[in-house]
Amino acid sequence: MKKKTGLFYQMYIWFDYIYSNLVTLWGVLSHTFTRADTVQYPDQQPHLHPRFRGRIVLTKDPDGEERCVACNLCASACPTDCISLQKTEDESGRWYADYFRINFSRCVYCGLCEEACPTYAIQLTPDFEMAEYVRQNMVYEKEHLLINGPGKHPDYSFYAHSGKAVSGRQKGEGVNEAQPVDVRSLMP
Amino acid sequence: MTPVMANLLNIVGILVFVVFGAAMLTWVERRVLGIWQDRHGPNRVGPFGTLQIVADMIKLLVKEDWVPDFSDKFIFVIAPTIAMFVVVAAFAVIPMAPGVGIVDLNVGLLFFLAMTSLGVYAVMFGAYASDNKYALIGGIRAAAQMVSYEVFMGLSLMGVVMLAGSFDLRQVVLSQQDGWYIFPQFIGAFIFMMAGIAESHRTPFDLPEAEHELTAGFHTEYSGMKFAMFFIGEYVSVLLTSAMITVLFLGGWLGPDFAPPLFWFLLKTLILVLFMILIRGSLPRPRYDQLMSFGWKCMLPLALANLVVTAALILR
Repeated sequence: MKKKTGLFYQMYIWFDYIYSNLVTLWGVLSHTFTRADTVQYPDQQPHLHPRFRGRIVLTKDPDGEERCVACNLCASACPTDCISLQKTEDESGRWYADYFRINFSRCVYCGLCEEACPTYAIQLTPDFEMAEYVRQNMVYEKEHLLINGPGKHPDYSFYAHSGKAVSGRQKGEGVNEAQPVDVRSLMP
Repeated sequence: MTPVMANLLNIVGILVFVVFGAAMLTWVERRVLGIWQDRHGPNRVGPFGTLQIVADMIKLLVKEDWVPDFSDKFIFVIAPTIAMFVVVAAFAVIPMAPGVGIVDLNVGLLFFLAMTSLGVYAVMFGAYASDNKYALIGGIRAAAQMVSYEVFMGLSLMGVVMLAGSFDLRQVVLSQQDGWYIFPQFIGAFIFMMAGIAESHRTPFDLPEAEHELTAGFHTEYSGMKFAMFFIGEYVSVLLTSAMITVLFLGGWLGPDFAPPLFWFLLKTLILVLFMILIRGSLPRPRYDQLMSFGWKCMLPLALANLVVTAALILR
């Protein structure tokens, strides 16, 4: 490319330098009257959307029973292996977690446990104020995780659809369930 | 009040004002930059964050004041002293208002130029004594910058000297009663503003510090109060440059009668300080070869042309 020279071109270049700097100065100065974007957090709460992924809770179904059936899918989906639980059963045949432990010092709040959960038991909530002075306090047990409500899916009850006999409900009595086939009967 | 008492009051008052004002400038700069960048800046300590400087001072005083084992200790300690001393000493010749001002030297302007030129020793001594690569590069840049801006800094003021017919800064102010020198000496004021920014090592001419490339440039190895002296020295230098432009080009304390002269002087200085902060908030930093070629190829001819044209118009 031919290098441009000449007095007028040089003058144009210098004018451009000065002009662009002045435009920059004015652009910055005009921000005197724009509002600050800062959310002054402890005085002013930030807006958290309903689907914000924060503190993890275990919800209960509409009857007030624990939704979690201790299937371990959340623990196997967890990329940081921060969930630990053990299944147990009560006398009616209903499954639940013997212990359920989340180590929040490892949790990355990715929400994969919530996606994996077949019973809508484990859910993430819009709360991030979980700082602790002692690291051990970041490990939440089941009593810390359980909340007294259904969370994001208020009407859903796993055992109403599961086809599993628990106390007070036999097979075939659930929603959209047919009576089980009696394999010993000769009737069509 | 006896003349001795008046002198003592002037000396102590101006010293306290300069150091305290420079300390407050750190807060002003952070707040104002915050406003221009759509955030708040320090607003937690005291009303509007004004006590931030107290918190910073406590932090710097309590910090370990480390002199590196590998440094040249005497020069290492004396460098921040020079940085602080020269700028505060240069304030002695600034006439702030009638009766306010430490001394009216008949070579006041030359004294100012001499003191600010000595400021580069602080940077180069600090850089040399630190025995640190970043500091060394900062020192080299300071030297390169100094040989470019000192020349046109002095020349840009000669137009004002010719118009006023005196090196005495009080005479310069008094001779502006018919009109500020910024109008006939607009180019001189522009060039002196650039040189003053370079003199106080502020963005866009903060090449010796350049925190993005050189960590902290020449004061990389400094901590505690020695660092604070460099830091406050820079802000005193900002105040000094602004005060100098006020005196030389903006009529010093001259202004309408409804406010005292000192108010007008401080108002003009404050506006110039804010303008320097605005420049810091807006403009990028050139490479130092760009700065040198800008100084020698553009600013120096411009200053000389300004000088010649002014002289021709006076002699006409």
